[in-house]
Amino acid sequence: MTARERVAGTVANYVDERTGAAKWMKKNLTKVFPDHWSFLLGEIALYSFVILLLSGTFLTFWFDPSQREVLYDGAYEPLQGLHMSAAYASTLHISFEVRGGLLMRQIHHWAALIFMAAIVVHLMRVYFTGAFRKPREFNWIIGVGLLTLGIVEGFLGYSLPDDLLSGTGIRIAEAIIQALPVVGSYLAFFAFGGAFPGESFIPRIFTVHVLLLPGIFLALITVHLMLVWYQKHTQWPGPGRTEKNVVGYPLMPAYMAKAGGFFFIVFGVTAFLGAVASINPIWLYGPYNPGQISAGSQPDWYMGWLDGLVRMSPPLESYIFGYTISWNILIPGLIVPGILFTGMALYPFIESWITGDKREHHLLDRPRNVPNRTALGVMSLTFMLVALINGGNDIIATTFHLAINQVMWFSRIAIFVLPPLAFVVTKRICLSLQRADRELVLHGRETGRLLMLPHGEFVEVHEPISPELAWKLTAHEQAPALALEDVDSRGVRRAGGLKNKLRKRISQANAESIAKPTATDLKEIEHH
Amino acid sequence: MSNEIEAIKDPGLPAHVHRKADTDPVAEKRAERQVAILFLISALGTLLFIYSYYFVADEVFVFLPVLGNTNAHQLLLGLGLAIALFFIGAAAIHWAKTLMPDEEVIAMRHTMRSDDEDRDALVKTVKERAGAAGLGRRSLIKRSMGLSLGLIGLSPLVLLRDLGPLPGNDLTKTSWKSGSRLVTDPGDRPIRPEDLEVGAVAQVLPEHFGEERRHLSDIAKDAVLLIRIRPEEFQLSPERLSWTYDGIIAFSKICSHMGCAVALYEQTTKHLLCPCHQSTFDVPRAAKVIFGPAARPLPQLAITVDSEGYLIAQKPFSEPVGPSFWERSS
Repeated sequence: MTARERVAGTVANYVDERTGAAKWMKKNLTKVFPDHWSFLLGEIALYSFVILLLSGTFLTFWFDPSQREVLYDGAYEPLQGLHMSAAYASTLHISFEVRGGLLMRQIHHWAALIFMAAIVVHLMRVYFTGAFRKPREFNWIIGVGLLTLGIVEGFLGYSLPDDLLSGTGIRIAEAIIQALPVVGSYLAFFAFGGAFPGESFIPRIFTVHVLLLPGIFLALITVHLMLVWYQKHTQWPGPGRTEKNVVGYPLMPAYMAKAGGFFFIVFGVTAFLGAVASINPIWLYGPYNPGQISAGSQPDWYMGWLDGLVRMSPPLESYIFGYTISWNILIPGLIVPGILFTGMALYPFIESWITGDKREHHLLDRPRNVPNRTALGVMSLTFMLVALINGGNDIIATTFHLAINQVMWFSRIAIFVLPPLAFVVTKRICLSLQRADRELVLHGRETGRLLMLPHGEFVEVHEPISPELAWKLTAHEQAPALALEDVDSRGVRRAGGLKNKLRKRISQANAESIAKPTATDLKEIEHH
Repeated sequence: MSNEIEAIKDPGLPAHVHRKADTDPVAEKRAERQVAILFLISALGTLLFIYSYYFVADEVFVFLPVLGNTNAHQLLLGLGLAIALFFIGAAAIHWAKTLMPDEEVIAMRHTMRSDDEDRDALVKTVKERAGAAGLGRRSLIKRSMGLSLGLIGLSPLVLLRDLGPLPGNDLTKTSWKSGSRLVTDPGDRPIRPEDLEVGAVAQVLPEHFGEERRHLSDIAKDAVLLIRIRPEEFQLSPERLSWTYDGIIAFSKICSHMGCAVALYEQTTKHLLCPCHQSTFDVPRAAKVIFGPAARPLPQLAITVDSEGYLIAQKPFSEPVGPSFWERSS
């Protein structure tokens, strides 16, 4: 035994005698994780979160979350002698006088954008491959919660510096609160400690931004990861992979090295962006003043869709019995996002209701093999994209020399027309891809070699595909539509007829597919 | 299902293909060297980071092709950190990919559901334990407990009451009074009609007395935009026309949609545009909404001149300024 082994043994013995960790460690150090690039997306979100904690902690050492008015006499000359909040002045101090301060601010902001982007793309991966199905519904809901909190956390974060742009964002948030029926003006006065902007809001959201929400994030992320660990990761279909096993690399050492290394890669790329790509140059915007504004006011991208919905809303307000209901704020700002996010959270249950499938699933779906789900996803993304585009309508109008009205009218119409169109097109594309898969399995790959037959006909030689690929293309299930009868076995109409009818219709649409080739089909082809 | 029976068969996990470094000692050595070099590049990055922190002055700017004028201190600090971090990651991953075992292994899954015995035993335990505590029987305890737990939930709500004052009439009132002089913002200078040419725009606030600086929450309601056009261009009711003075019309600058400052004035079309959500207001027609999500025109401030020839407010705003709220009556 070498000296090193002796020391390791002593430490391990010490820990194990007090925790009994050896048994758990033995089992889990060899835990198997399947490998695929798309499984790294969630990791990017996780690592960005760690980067956010580190860089954010650094920023709090100098940031003064106060709306007390101060006279700026710091290093940035253009703003010297101006009155501004201590929050804004301390952000300038971090940017110009703390060494590495601007770098850290930019890393923090870039990490936030990457965090949100990684969450969204990770969510798309989970959605389009059906990884949310039983037994992973809880994790799906936690994920939707993390996305929602992330949007809030990001908004609060970029609101803290109290510059002209972020103050305008807070102004809009205040208007949304104020628009709530019955309680709106009360909630707004409680949140802002009086009339907008007051001197309480930034200190308050600071606590929420650095303590409350990160705490909730930490708790939710822990549960999210524990469930992944406990339920074992999903895997792509392929040779040797079944619903009953998991094929991949053991945690120690390769997976540990890859995941740990990937953290440094993500951090390195974020630091690179922070070094070369200027983001949120608050010194250009000036301190917040509710009587001023800059043209081209834009939120960060993950809020852009919300802003875009508000922008395209028609000017609707009701005045009933001396009270005002601002539909132009409530519908795009609360009702539509509420429906979207609730629908997203409930989707696993809706799909299982449609398919009647209550089994566990660990093999992922290839998106083309579940056309309706894929089409619904593309439809939702199209909706979001149109909203996001409209969130930048002023920038688009000035960049492409269009009238703002044209861009707005495009969005107002496109938000209703394009999503359903995207659904239909996506579904057709999925079915065509299924057809192409079938063709590939039955007739093999086109080799590009032309052969002249004795009677002069030219044919292209097809080469059979490998059994591995053939399996991969046909491993999915093609479940038939639910057989729901309107009347029961004794000929009596069943209760909930309308609901049944709807379920039957959706189930039928959902089951539409191109029959996957079978071994029998292959044999028949060989025979002729 | 018949096609399930005759489905194409799973050929099973393909045989493992060894990497070059697994079989060739030369390749193995080479991979080892590559990993070491990557780690060393990272170390150089950290050195660059430390060097830039202490020895690159923060007022040095360098011109770079895509980036333009860049602060050298911040750039080198960032690049050092990026190199230091990135290459640790690159080294670890290269190490894992070339030298660590890469044979796929198979582990079995178990259904999440517990065994029936365990589930039955749990139900039995819970029933027994709960029964022993008498939860089902002691309705007096149950109800009083429900009451106390329900009530204690109210205490945070009570505690949060002091977050802010009640709105009162704060949302409906501004600092504008009859006879308030219009003063420029910034500058706080009173303003005469002849200071504004036709086509000009000025931001004004009500005259402010006292030592204390203006509160932002006052500016958030008081900000007013003065616009001068040719008097014959107005298309106003006689009452509203009497609120203007010699072609000068005054509107609240706070958007009636979500409270942003409506700051973009287009001289040729005489439109006011809010940069937040592009609500567009037609100035000659009393800021009627002609496009965008705003539902109400900008409130108009009645103005005139005083005996010294300075612009003043005839009277306070006749309606609340800024975004809508529930208690607003129209």
